[in-house]
Amino acid sequence: MATFKFRTPVTETDVRKPNIGDIVYVTGTMITARDQAHRRALEHVKTGKAIPVNFEGGAIFHCGPIAVKEKEQWRIVAAGPTTSTRMEAYEAEFIEKLRPRIIVGKAGMGAKTAEAAKRFGAIYCDFTGGAAVLASQRIKAVRGVEWYDLGMPEALWILEVEEFGPMTVTIDSRGKNLHDIIQRSAQDRLTEILKTLGVSQ
Amino acid sequence: MLGIEKTVEKTAVEILRRAVIHLPKDVKDALNNAYENETSETGRTQLKAILDNIKLGESSKTPICQDTGIILYYVTVGKDFGDFSFIPEALRAAVRTATAEVPLRPNAVHPLTRKNSGDNTGSNMPYINWDIGGGDYIELTAMPKGAGSENMSSFAMLTPAEGVSALKRFVIDQVIRAGAQPCPPTIVGVGVGGSADIAMKLAKKALLRPTNARHPEPEIADLERALLSAINMTGIGPMGLGGTFTSLGVNMEYAHCHTASLPVGLNMQCWAARRATARIHRDGTVEMMS
Repeated sequence: MATFKFRTPVTETDVRKPNIGDIVYVTGTMITARDQAHRRALEHVKTGKAIPVNFEGGAIFHCGPIAVKEKEQWRIVAAGPTTSTRMEAYEAEFIEKLRPRIIVGKAGMGAKTAEAAKRFGAIYCDFTGGAAVLASQRIKAVRGVEWYDLGMPEALWILEVEEFGPMTVTIDSRGKNLHDIIQRSAQDRLTEILKTLGVSQ
Repeated sequence: MLGIEKTVEKTAVEILRRAVIHLPKDVKDALNNAYENETSETGRTQLKAILDNIKLGESSKTPICQDTGIILYYVTVGKDFGDFSFIPEALRAAVRTATAEVPLRPNAVHPLTRKNSGDNTGSNMPYINWDIGGGDYIELTAMPKGAGSENMSSFAMLTPAEGVSALKRFVIDQVIRAGAQPCPPTIVGVGVGGSADIAMKLAKKALLRPTNARHPEPEIADLERALLSAINMTGIGPMGLGGTFTSLGVNMEYAHCHTASLPVGLNMQCWAARRATARIHRDGTVEMMS
């Protein structure tokens, strides 16, 4: 497996290089967005309302951090990824309309996101779930926070990151999906697994 | 010396802090064992990151995961403890304090409006599970439960005719369905019997038992072991990126149930299996149990 070090904004040519299983690090700006931020962003696109950040060429992070405000400056205490499957309902449209190149989360995403990644040029990467202290070490500064009315976990946190990673590419721009492959393989073994438990189907 | 109310409140803050920063020894041992024995390279990389993260969290006194969960308490009140009517308010105050001081992420929202209360308290939150015990003390356990694993909970009302085979199939099906989502390697809590709500409660309560402790009844212990081996044949592996260690343990609890039903509840626990327990005696002495 190859290793790629990206700096935001990322070009379509560059983001189309990695394959599933490859390792990625990101330097630059990463913006957190969970369910509520995805929903609001897409509503704003629909109604023509301004979105306070620019996602184009950037990295979005499925993450709701623990942040503390010290002397008017936010500091990220812990910031691991959240389960990305919840954002499956929004991500394809989000990629199409707002054009982020790298989506970071955990546990993978579905067929609609994989199709959008292929069509518009994007990748989805897994960061180790729960490894929130490791992740926060790669966050150098909080550039701002928007939509804080959504609550601390759901707000848009604009983070400056340095070599954020290692992350594993689990959806590449050919639309290949590593989690899907592993899940199918587990499903294929079901009969054999149940046999060890003395269960015939 | 503090009054008993303040002692309970302060201890409730301390066990929450302890739970979110220090994993129990049995969980750390199980993760170390997984790292040593995992055969998949990607799986080992994930376990290495997990172990590094645990060390880093402990040394910097930082919550190991940003999802510090919703706050669940288990309280066993000793028969000679005396008045315990102050406990719910003391635990609510503890959650507010811990949220600001540890800090914890404010996760508690109204289920319909989704408005965040900002301090992890709200209607029925923190949730308290009550039990009766002996002695002049209360035993207080904090279990901060993250949503990644909790969202993979499930329930099945199986039929007695389908029996244990259906139970086994249900558990394996759910583990495969959950895949990477509950942050494997997981601990799988299974509650069997009772009624629908009792099975779900037992599934979660099973997660309080140390990962390396099997059920005292040999038939149940054997079933736990068999299910674990089967789960670890799925190849889902650490963080669902492939490997042997999909789960660290299966903990099962049961209750007798109606002759016509077979309820089975399943509660998943992520690798960050956070729990901490303290005993508080009536005279105010506190023993940290984990």
